[in-house]
Amino acid sequence: MPQYLKDGAVVDNSWQQVSADNESLPQGDILVPASQWQEQQNTLASHVGAVGVWIDSHEEIEGFVESIIDLPVIAINFPKFADGRGFSIARLLRERYGYQGEIRAVGQIIRDQLFLMQRCGFNGFVFDADIDLVEASKSLQDFSDAYQVAVDQPEPLFKRRA
Amino acid sequence: MYQYDQYDQKLVDERVEQYRDQTKRFLAGDISEEEFLPLRLQNGLYVQRLAPMLRIAVPYGLMSSNQVRKIAHISRKFDKGYVHFTTRQNIQLNWPLLEEVPDILAELATVEMHAIQTSGNCIRNTTTDQFAGVANDEIEDPRPWCEIIRQWSTIHPEFAFLPRKFKIAVCGSEEDRAAFLLHDIGIQLVKNDQGETGFHIYAGGGLGRTPVIASSIREFLPKEHLLTYLDAILRVYNRYGNRDNKYKARIKILVRAWTPAVFAERVEAEWLHIKDGPATLNGHEIERVKGFFTLPDYQTVDSAAVDAEVKALATEHKGFSRWLDRNVTEQKQTGYACVTLSLKPAGVAPGDVTDKQLDIIADLADTFSFGEIRTTHNQNIVLADVIKTELFQLWQQAKAAGLATPNIGTINDMICCPGGDYCSLANAKSIPVAEAIQRKFDDLDYVYDLGDLELNISGCMNACGHHHVGHIGILGVDKKGEEWYQVQLGGSANKNATLGKVLGPSLSRDDVVDSIEKLLDVYVENRLEQESFLKTYQRIGLEKFKERVYAPVS
Repeated sequence: MPQYLKDGAVVDNSWQQVSADNESLPQGDILVPASQWQEQQNTLASHVGAVGVWIDSHEEIEGFVESIIDLPVIAINFPKFADGRGFSIARLLRERYGYQGEIRAVGQIIRDQLFLMQRCGFNGFVFDADIDLVEASKSLQDFSDAYQVAVDQPEPLFKRRA
Repeated sequence: MYQYDQYDQKLVDERVEQYRDQTKRFLAGDISEEEFLPLRLQNGLYVQRLAPMLRIAVPYGLMSSNQVRKIAHISRKFDKGYVHFTTRQNIQLNWPLLEEVPDILAELATVEMHAIQTSGNCIRNTTTDQFAGVANDEIEDPRPWCEIIRQWSTIHPEFAFLPRKFKIAVCGSEEDRAAFLLHDIGIQLVKNDQGETGFHIYAGGGLGRTPVIASSIREFLPKEHLLTYLDAILRVYNRYGNRDNKYKARIKILVRAWTPAVFAERVEAEWLHIKDGPATLNGHEIERVKGFFTLPDYQTVDSAAVDAEVKALATEHKGFSRWLDRNVTEQKQTGYACVTLSLKPAGVAPGDVTDKQLDIIADLADTFSFGEIRTTHNQNIVLADVIKTELFQLWQQAKAAGLATPNIGTINDMICCPGGDYCSLANAKSIPVAEAIQRKFDDLDYVYDLGDLELNISGCMNACGHHHVGHIGILGVDKKGEEWYQVQLGGSANKNATLGKVLGPSLSRDDVVDSIEKLLDVYVENRLEQESFLKTYQRIGLEKFKERVYAPVS
């Protein structure tokens, strides 16, 4: 089974991401496009295995966030690693909509983004390249503190300075 | 000036180690060129025409003498013994080795400096007025706000991969010396009817291919909301800015496409969600940061006696007199003045200084300006808080170091990008044009008679040399592989910011200098008493200038 990083550890990835133009769904745990979830929620309820969604970076989650908020996994796709929209989407899910499940970064992400991504609320990281995940996980610890408020630190540094 | 505590220092140290590891992995082939690109850019490293170029951050243009000495040391140890001051108040090294950049950054960290976010599609160095804290016309010192913004923007978790670069400037005075309306966000310090400080927020300004003057999006933002409001602007831009075409990716394009009113509404809507949240500033933090920007211990000066003494020396020494006229600015504290050290002597690329000069600048600052140095967006150096009784001494020492060319604000004090000599983006060289102009107009009496004149040169339409806002702007263009120059007139970067108009067909490099002479002739013939070049142009229009430059040779 393929592996990925979750909460800082290397674990098995039981989820299969289904592309937007899929015709039939695979068995087991699946991540379907958010649009498909909205259209086929009833059918998908009978799927054998868990169902989560993936969101593309250009999507406006405001329109459908209510329908996905109870799902166990929301994946945010990075079509290019330099497309930073996913950072905002993750923060909105956590901070504005109180999403408690797993937010995973998928697509063309690089390990050097992990520290920032985890600050924005991501806790799962699926790399499209075959890399040493233990080695990559070190980037989660690039910094020991930060100036700004974010998901991992609700108080800005200026309120915490000793 | 601001001093790091253990938190600031640790962050910068950890950044050095992060980048050292990234460089190591890149050199080992574990990171591709494409993936390494934003990592090195966000640590200041460009790969240029001849060598890498490292841009070092000078937050809002303020440095200590120790920091300047460290820059001198770095330029000797890792480079060719000179550095370049940029139009965004930063410093560039032109010849560092990619392998050695982590060591350079480690050296910088020892004096509380870094190169974080000096390039790349992220929030860049926040800039301000070089006379901050001492300007006569100041509403409030902008530097504490710049520092608060610096900390907020440094390694911001959400905004490290924006559609395009993002620049913020803060203006704290009546007169604008920071070109703040030409920034992605321009912040003007204002007071409301109750006398409370707040901010007038502008967005969507910028130079580059599509120059735009920023639009007002909020007339009064109470000071405690600064960071949440900035978060709201950046979030709207991060989500909705164009990512398909890098030439349409700056926030100015979004503001224009939506209209400033709609953009402002979207920002307000986003802000309502985070307003009064934990990032809201408190009085404690504002006072803490303000506490770093205290005034030095000024002496009581008999102003009339000092002025008489300075005047007597000026009568005796013509050079000193010229320098007083052009390079010395009054400041709000009686008996003290600001001195601009010119980095524009003829024959030197505008903004370049040697390691030896840097050491001398540091010494001058220790002797005359309480150990502080300010960089300017016009690519010069300012020493503020100089007691007037020591101006003559300072002039003599600066002159000996080649730093007292009395040309500030004149045609020879031009803004100029590195151009085709260094930059891989440039269409044409800019430094040789600057030099030819300085050589042509070397008669100081003539230059003084011309008075205030801003001449700005960019080697390509990315406009690093701010050609759109020069009274005379020169833009390098490529015509079938040859370097040509387009001339623009009437630009201005002050509060009534205006963009220049194209004079006519572009000119060969040989014709540029002669054409400028013709433009100046038209000005001299038409000006009314005390009228500047810009004012004359605004009164008589483009046509007369155009006719003269493009008149058939008889």
